[in-house]
Amino acid sequence: MEFFRIKKDIPFMSYGRYTTTISLVTFLFAVFFLATRGLNFGVDFTGGTVMEVHYAQSADLDKVRNQLRGIGLNDALVQNFGSSQDVLVQIPLKQNKAGAKLSEQVMDALHQQDANVELRRVEFVGPQVGKDLVDNGAMALLLVSLGIVGYLWIRFEWKFGLAAIIANLHDVVIILGFFAFFQWEFSLSVLAAVLAVLGYSVNESVVVFDRIRENFRKMRKTEVAVIIDNAITRTMSRTVITHGCTQIMVTSMLFLGGETLHYFALALTIGILFSIYSSVLVASPLLMMFGVSREDFIKPEKTEAEEVLP
Amino acid sequence: MNRYPLWKNLLVLAVLMLGLVYALPNLYGEAPAVQVLPLRSNLKADAALMARVETALKTAQLNPQAMSLDATSVKARFNDTDTQIKAKDLLHAQLGDDYMVALNLLARSPQWLADLNALPMYLGLDLRGGVHFLLQIDMRAALDKALESASSDIRSTLREANIPYSGVTRDAGSITTRFRDAGARGKGEDELKQHFGGLEFSAREEGGEYLLLAHLKQQEQIRIQESAVQQNLVTLRNRVNELGVAEPVIQQQGADRIVVQLPGVQDTARAKDILGRTATLEVRLVDDEHHYAEGGIIPFGTEVFKDRDGTPLLVKKSVILTGERINDAQPGFDSRSNEPAVHINLDAVGARKFKEATRENVGKRMAIILFEKGKGEIVTAPVIREEIGGGRVQISGKMNTEEAKDTSLLLRAGALAAPMEIVEERTVGPSLGADNIKRGFDSTKIGFIAIAAFMIVYYLMFGTVSVLALGANLLLLVALLSMLQATLTLPGMAGIALTLGMAIDANVLINERIREELRNGVPPQTAIHAGYENAFATILDSNITTLIAGIALFMFGSGPIKGFAVVLCLGILTSMFSAVLVSRALVNLIYGRKVRLNKVAIG
Repeated sequence: MEFFRIKKDIPFMSYGRYTTTISLVTFLFAVFFLATRGLNFGVDFTGGTVMEVHYAQSADLDKVRNQLRGIGLNDALVQNFGSSQDVLVQIPLKQNKAGAKLSEQVMDALHQQDANVELRRVEFVGPQVGKDLVDNGAMALLLVSLGIVGYLWIRFEWKFGLAAIIANLHDVVIILGFFAFFQWEFSLSVLAAVLAVLGYSVNESVVVFDRIRENFRKMRKTEVAVIIDNAITRTMSRTVITHGCTQIMVTSMLFLGGETLHYFALALTIGILFSIYSSVLVASPLLMMFGVSREDFIKPEKTEAEEVLP
Repeated sequence: MNRYPLWKNLLVLAVLMLGLVYALPNLYGEAPAVQVLPLRSNLKADAALMARVETALKTAQLNPQAMSLDATSVKARFNDTDTQIKAKDLLHAQLGDDYMVALNLLARSPQWLADLNALPMYLGLDLRGGVHFLLQIDMRAALDKALESASSDIRSTLREANIPYSGVTRDAGSITTRFRDAGARGKGEDELKQHFGGLEFSAREEGGEYLLLAHLKQQEQIRIQESAVQQNLVTLRNRVNELGVAEPVIQQQGADRIVVQLPGVQDTARAKDILGRTATLEVRLVDDEHHYAEGGIIPFGTEVFKDRDGTPLLVKKSVILTGERINDAQPGFDSRSNEPAVHINLDAVGARKFKEATRENVGKRMAIILFEKGKGEIVTAPVIREEIGGGRVQISGKMNTEEAKDTSLLLRAGALAAPMEIVEERTVGPSLGADNIKRGFDSTKIGFIAIAAFMIVYYLMFGTVSVLALGANLLLLVALLSMLQATLTLPGMAGIALTLGMAIDANVLINERIREELRNGVPPQTAIHAGYENAFATILDSNITTLIAGIALFMFGSGPIKGFAVVLCLGILTSMFSAVLVSRALVNLIYGRKVRLNKVAIG
């Protein structure tokens, strides 16, 4: 079986102007939503308390809310989590005067209402910890970006490193844009997924770049655009199949992994889709813009200097 | 050209066998167990204790599946949690307070695997259930406390040296001593410099007064902070012992934080109470005039406490000093006899009281008692040889360096060096933990099956080889995680699934290359060779970039991110091995021996 039996190279580079425009527009939208709506940071970053409780029967959310209001928690967010028997309670930090003791007060209150309620999970994060996590996350993002540019610079050329990192940071911003637009919760595991996407989608660019380099060596006297088109076309089959396989795994996590892995898998899904797009249709046009040429790889042969020997 | 030398085949085989052995314990899983640890230094975990535990269980008809003995504890494994809990209650009742009886999980794998040190993967709290606390130490309070005691010591030092001063005040970060003239200040400065190595002095004139300012030296601040962390760690360890947790993790994180992880603990309220409790230390006189036998009459005005070896001692009720008067206690050596000793540093008030008490009671013994949860225990009971002034006390004789270290820790650990606050808590119930394992396992399983089906249909024989290589990758990854005993969390399980999805990339690259070569009319053997050779550079590049991301995640990540990063990094390493070496070895075995190969099944 073979999905891609493409006889002629697809002239990707001639679409360069359109694809980069599409990218730019998506990117600007993402930035716009990030700026206007912002990310819905989870308790990991903002600090606060999250509790997951399990009822023997379907839980009455209004009763739970009333009970919490009874102990002065007006801002508590109460919602179902996964099933009608599971309830998620989120309490922001500003309402929480009891610190880590709050979870016990909540459980006491809920026990009065229904003795069979079972505590499944508590997460309490103080304000300082949240700030540290944001700092560390930003630091990791910076380090990954620098590391990748550095490696590609050594292995290829600075133009490749720069093109790849721009394309991939564009993926990252778009993932964040999605999270801002839909106001999905941005937690630590989503951050892990975003950083993993950064490493992963560079893969894609590397595979294409590798082919471009190979083509520069093999196909002499060919135009740069043709060389890039050929490289993309010939790696396309691999691109789709590899990402398809990774996506199979991620989809499986998205549906079977439970709530904790849901957003993690969601971030990966968006990341994978956009990394295909960006490495083919953003990184390569950028590479052309930076003026990649055969001379970047093939050092012009030195003409031997005349020597005068004694 | 497509044959591996024998050593290469053997290497692949050996690695896979090793992987199989170390991954095997995960198949057996873990069973509920009870662990008995002696809490006193004179009690040992030995065959006698094991026999005692076994008899106790057998008489109560709670037959353990297996019993084992290691350096610090006796473990008994049971069929179900019900028996486990009954056994815990029974053993706790029979063995008393001298032993800790904790619930634990024990690998069900056969003895030969245990002898090889092959253990199942170490499950994180989100998979096995338990509590995670992050405690922040209030360092400002620790420094304030140090300054406070220094300021009262400055007063008493100046008074003892008969140097006139008009006042000592402490404000945030510094101590100001006022003198009436420059001469007194000069003398005072010389005197204080001799006594306070940790302080930095500077002179200043203000409003006709001669001031001497003292700051804590930078290295002194660091020393105070470090010892505050150490002291709090020791205190927490002592307290956690009481909770009966089998494998608690108590460690420093960063400069001023402590992580406490208590697997299996559900009663978080009690855990918080115990961690946050304050203990006190008291110094009293031992009553050696009356004779006391266990169970006998306790004379008026005295109490009975046991020392750490369980020997009871009669102690007077009146208190000479409390632990707040102890500034510091450090292990060291006696300057004359060179014996191990504990050096205690009392504050000014403490020094004065201590001086009076020792003057009146030379030749008698004094007891230092640690009170926790309303229960006292004698840390040490040395004989008073002479009157001791100046607040510097030394306890020596009849102890080795280890004991000196323990005693000084206990003296300091009587109370927390500085207050702590819980800044992060994560509790996962056991049912959620079990659900998480199931979810992680299910999604990996379904994903793997789907990928396998697709690869086999799409690449036929080469697809099958790729799937086998992917299986080898999973095996090696699990084996490596088990060997390193790295903590496996739910994001870690996601990491396993993700690396499997990514690892197939290498095989897809190779297979696509081979197809391409075949399409260009290259004979199959050459195509296979070229496919592997050409794909390798690409595989290396793409894996290294992912590895860079993984390492950065590990360095800066905390909690869930770290768990994910470990798996990601290890998964990249194993996938390089399996996708390149294992799959090549298989292809070589299948096709490499055929001299005239016209067709290969690659779809």
